[in-house]
Amino acid sequence: MSTDQNILVKLNDAGLQLNNKWLVKGVSLQVEKGKIVTLIGPNGSGKSTTAKIALGIYKKIDGSVEKYTNRVGYVPQKISIDWTLPLRVNDFMMLTESLNKETIDEALSLTGVIHLKDKNLGDLSGGEFQRVLLARAISKKPDLLVLDEPVQGVDFTGEIALYELIKKISDELSCGILLISHDLHTVMSATDHVVCLNGHVCCSGSPIDVAKNNEYKALFGEQASQILSRYEHKHDHIHTDEGEIKKN
Amino acid sequence: MFDDFFIRALVAGIGVAFVTGPLGCFVIWRRLSYFGDTLAHSALLGVTLAFTMEFNIAISVFIISSMIALILIQLQKKTNLPGDALLGLLAHSSLAVGLVVIGFLTFIRFDIMGLLFGDILAVSVDDLLIIWIGGALILLVLKLIWKPLFASTVNYELAEAEGLNPDRAKAIFTILMAAIIAISIKMVGLLLITGMLIIPAAMARNLSSSPQSMVIYSIIGGLLSVIIGLFTSLEFNTSSGPSIITAALLLFILSLFKIKQSIKLKN
Repeated sequence: MSTDQNILVKLNDAGLQLNNKWLVKGVSLQVEKGKIVTLIGPNGSGKSTTAKIALGIYKKIDGSVEKYTNRVGYVPQKISIDWTLPLRVNDFMMLTESLNKETIDEALSLTGVIHLKDKNLGDLSGGEFQRVLLARAISKKPDLLVLDEPVQGVDFTGEIALYELIKKISDELSCGILLISHDLHTVMSATDHVVCLNGHVCCSGSPIDVAKNNEYKALFGEQASQILSRYEHKHDHIHTDEGEIKKN
Repeated sequence: MFDDFFIRALVAGIGVAFVTGPLGCFVIWRRLSYFGDTLAHSALLGVTLAFTMEFNIAISVFIISSMIALILIQLQKKTNLPGDALLGLLAHSSLAVGLVVIGFLTFIRFDIMGLLFGDILAVSVDDLLIIWIGGALILLVLKLIWKPLFASTVNYELAEAEGLNPDRAKAIFTILMAAIIAISIKMVGLLLITGMLIIPAAMARNLSSSPQSMVIYSIIGGLLSVIIGLFTSLEFNTSSGPSIITAALLLFILSLFKIKQSIKLKN
């Protein structure tokens, strides 16, 4: 297969202006099958906006979006659900697509919330709800997953497990993932391509390229740069608390 | 045995309740109570149109209500007024204009009370056909747009992102609202139609734990309200609309005891 056929969504110089203010401008990126593209950047840098542009939620954008699939799973950053709706986890799983019981159970088991299946959505904790959101997005076996801070509010061990799950899903379903995360530590080991945003694309490339980039250093500081590069080396040495390097 | 007119009213009311049940759930979920009210108030204009043009009431009410819905959407886009102010503006001005027009139509004898509060004597065989055929169509369309409409009610962006076209579903739903008002105006009267949409659905919310069960309880609540209300109306010679709505209110009050119990269980 040529690379072109592997492209799921492609942004060409895309941007969005609301009330004469650019939320994000001039973003070009593409998500391919089986690849994880991670958007990083400070608050208000346009990460969620970029994700929504890629999803086609915004209609009046600058530039263009080419979307090559309709099988999309989305975990939004913020979701306000109106509790006037009586909605159980099971109903929520079938929100955008009818699924059979096995598929639902499998997805809920993968994210560790199968025991909540008959609970009311309003009775879940923040972390539990986040796991349900992720389960819903992966259950329909999408070609493209857009995950906007998918593990916010999830406990520490759960966070690592869920990132491993995301990586596994990307490999097994060979779906493309557009991931937004603040957590440089956990994400970087799995990411294929990093796009660093600050209202525009400040730099992009493999995690190690981005870590070396001066603009990235200016934006996040020296420490963040070390985090990224550290993950590139993690197979042959570890860093002690004192900052020494120990070979494995 | 009962008189023919009463049987007709009962059959009409049952038809209406089957449709207001599910639509009422969406009215509550999407917070459209005042939108429904506005469409209902504008129905008076539709009625006057029907009388002057010697046209079917349900169809002309449907046309006028749909137009008011379109005007509302345009006003929302082009003005900075908040939604509730626009709804109030359209509701009261269309009601006022309707009443003024009626004042001019001195050559027709109007039963204003019947229009405002419903009149079971007025239900004809034609009306029955409109209610049952129109009602079946409304339910069919609602079933077709259920998934995108429900998904976008839960979360618009999820529905849009995952390719369900929520804007189209919303537009179709607006038309269905105009349609239900058109077919139920004779039974319940234009001032009380929204009550018929909201109260059984509100009662159902107290009893249900899933969207499907809420729809079913809402239909049952509506059916009971219609049956109890119409018998009361017959017995005590009260207007049909207020009698049906009062029955619905009583059912709602009963449903509150269920909530109290489940709250007690939780503690």
